[in-house]
Amino acid sequence: MKKMNLLITGVGGQGVVLASDIVGEAALAAGFDVKKTDTLGMAQRGGSVVSHVRIADKVWSPLIKEGEVDLLLALEKLEAARWSHFLCPGGIAIINNYEQPPLSVSLGQEQYPTQKQVTEALKRQTDHVYFIDGTERAKELGNVRTLNIFMLGCFSLMSPLKVGIWKETISRRMPENIREINLTAFKQGRKEMEAKRRGAIVV
Amino acid sequence: MEKTLQLLSGNEALALGAYHAGVQVAAAYPGTPSTEILENMARFKDIHAEWSTNEKVAMEVATGAAYTGIRAMASMKQVGLNVASDAFMAASYTGIIGGLVVVCADDPQIHSSQNEQDNRHYAKMAKVPMLEPSDSQEAYDLMAYAFDISEDFDTPVLVRTTTRIAHSKSIVDVKRRRAVKNRQPKFYYDVAKYVMLPVYALPRHALMEERMAKLRDYVETSPLNQVIWGKRDLGIVTSGIAYQYAREVFPDASFLKLTTTHPLPRKLISEFANGVKRLIVIEELDPFLQENIQAMGIEVTGKEFIPGVGELNLRIVAESSRAAGLLPETKSEKVLPPASGLPRRPPLLCPGCPHTGIYFTLNSLGQRSKLAGSKNEEPKLIITGDIGCYTLGAYPPLSVLDTTGCMGSGVGQAQGMEKAGVKTKVVAVIGDSTFMHAGIPSLVSAVYNQAQITIIILDNHTTAMTGHQEHPGTGISAQGKETQAVELESLARGIGVKDIKVIDAFNLKALRAGVRDSLNRPEVSVIIVRGSCAMRVRKRANPRVVNLDKCNQCGACLRLGCPAIQSVDGQVFIEPTLCAGDICTICEQLCPQKAISAPGKNGNTK
Repeated sequence: MKKMNLLITGVGGQGVVLASDIVGEAALAAGFDVKKTDTLGMAQRGGSVVSHVRIADKVWSPLIKEGEVDLLLALEKLEAARWSHFLCPGGIAIINNYEQPPLSVSLGQEQYPTQKQVTEALKRQTDHVYFIDGTERAKELGNVRTLNIFMLGCFSLMSPLKVGIWKETISRRMPENIREINLTAFKQGRKEMEAKRRGAIVV
Repeated sequence: MEKTLQLLSGNEALALGAYHAGVQVAAAYPGTPSTEILENMARFKDIHAEWSTNEKVAMEVATGAAYTGIRAMASMKQVGLNVASDAFMAASYTGIIGGLVVVCADDPQIHSSQNEQDNRHYAKMAKVPMLEPSDSQEAYDLMAYAFDISEDFDTPVLVRTTTRIAHSKSIVDVKRRRAVKNRQPKFYYDVAKYVMLPVYALPRHALMEERMAKLRDYVETSPLNQVIWGKRDLGIVTSGIAYQYAREVFPDASFLKLTTTHPLPRKLISEFANGVKRLIVIEELDPFLQENIQAMGIEVTGKEFIPGVGELNLRIVAESSRAAGLLPETKSEKVLPPASGLPRRPPLLCPGCPHTGIYFTLNSLGQRSKLAGSKNEEPKLIITGDIGCYTLGAYPPLSVLDTTGCMGSGVGQAQGMEKAGVKTKVVAVIGDSTFMHAGIPSLVSAVYNQAQITIIILDNHTTAMTGHQEHPGTGISAQGKETQAVELESLARGIGVKDIKVIDAFNLKALRAGVRDSLNRPEVSVIIVRGSCAMRVRKRANPRVVNLDKCNQCGACLRLGCPAIQSVDGQVFIEPTLCAGDICTICEQLCPQKAISAPGKNGNTK
């Protein structure tokens, strides 16, 4: 693949920005031109977060245009639906099967979208929609904060970057005390995605 | 040895560029999207980098340093330059000895600001040169030019970025290194240069005009501006991030990419205009380039079709250009609308936030909730707000702010309302960092003018909204050294406030009693609500749980607006991965049914 537009979405605190930083640095290490940008406003306070990453031989705009995202990596389900119109026709969506209801939902003022609504929003553009139990798997690994790296593991199978570069970059970015667990999360993410693609059930 | 190729944000690149250009003093006040510039400068231990009390002080510190012949920098967000503008104007009049570069980061789209003012106008008003990078490489490269220009022309230089430059990462070839030796500071006494008495200031103005004339010559041949010839039927003048969008949308057009956006290279623009059939400007926010080019007598359009409100992007540039007939209609250009009916996810106060308790108290005492069942009468309190995380208290369900203007404005506004004679009690809320920044003069004024208002200082011991920077109240410097802390209660006492209360942010009863008492005082009353920012507290023991047998679904806890307290199918529960636990317990104190407690207590076994 010569170019890739990646959109990573989620909720403040889930590690969207770190995940996109790692993709950017891995792309640089692999010899690509790369730009990335985060739109987070005041998102450290639990708001929506989105990171745009563009990998190509030459990148101009750091922001991706609506309808031109090759791969949508969503760490939260509602945030997958929210950015679904950015997907290109036939693009890929990898979604953490996890709901974090916004306050308006908790207060009963708005409804959290159903699984069907989320799927339908994405199916407007593509049939390649993968739901992954990322939060569950990260909890099983013993640290829910490894979710972002687990999901990067899932994404890495579809990326133009070699697995060694991924691992090097993750090792470099992670402090020593959480390096091993994140490398494991990455490996598990790859396994999970491989199984999904084969249609097998992972227990 | 640093790596040659690095993926850097605009802010990181500016900091590294400034360091390699020999900066020795850097000063700033945190403000999105400029904060990371000083954070990165602070990592270099062979320079002085500081959080100043506010942007004006930062500008003065940098100016003073530059007067001694060393290179200095002040960085701030767009509205920070409003605060610093007095000092900025003054520095333009006196000029400098060592290079002085002022970086300001505008925020088109108002991602995290109170406005989207276009600071390019400041360069014109202050008669200083301005440079604008279009990616991180240029941000890095520009700093060397900026300091050279500053010293060559005896002027501060404005480097203007925007959020999308500051917060985008792109590859930087780190070509330079810092010179091994720092310059020795030396002040050259020169009253006519530095003392802006009328008799000296007027000749300085004349010198500024001469300086501008020289700069106009300089920019004509500056390597920073670039002509990219493509097809000659369309010529696009652009700068900053708009260049990236325009280049992608118009791969075949001719471009004049401007980096020196003040003063503008007249001859270069004129030659470019003559070389193309149609000339347009693509720029974000105001028609700054467009109007200045029009003033040269050159026919050009731009803001007729490119929006002046909000941030640009590829779609906006493409769609507006298509509507203006600059791009052919294409059938494939079908953009889906966003999925409809999705709940919004606005930013919130965090679980364990020390503002939640006092805000709930103000909401309740001020009868400010208009939830079902509550009396729909006028609130009992007017609450003037300020700039920080606590501005989020304006959103429901807390709904506790009536005004937010700019840094420090709430205290003065509260005094104004009281002096106007409004019958409702007036309360001003202001953060500790914001109070240091701009609240002190208005507190002095309130004491001096005997205002009967309550000023609540929300002391979370950090500058939270911008990412936890130190400030004079914390006693830690930008470079992590212990220093003298300025104590809020002593400060208020010194100003002459008689009624000062310090209340634990996580004690609802004490908060209620304290606010009630202050509201009845016939004098200025200061309440310092003290509690650490939840994001700085590492220890999160015992997330609270809801005892389902006791909970009667009254919904009182949901009125705190705490993200950890969620409701699924009508049943409230507390998300254990979000709850701050023992440090907070506000919901536990609030629950009328005593249904919330630590696990294992109160019949809660989960």
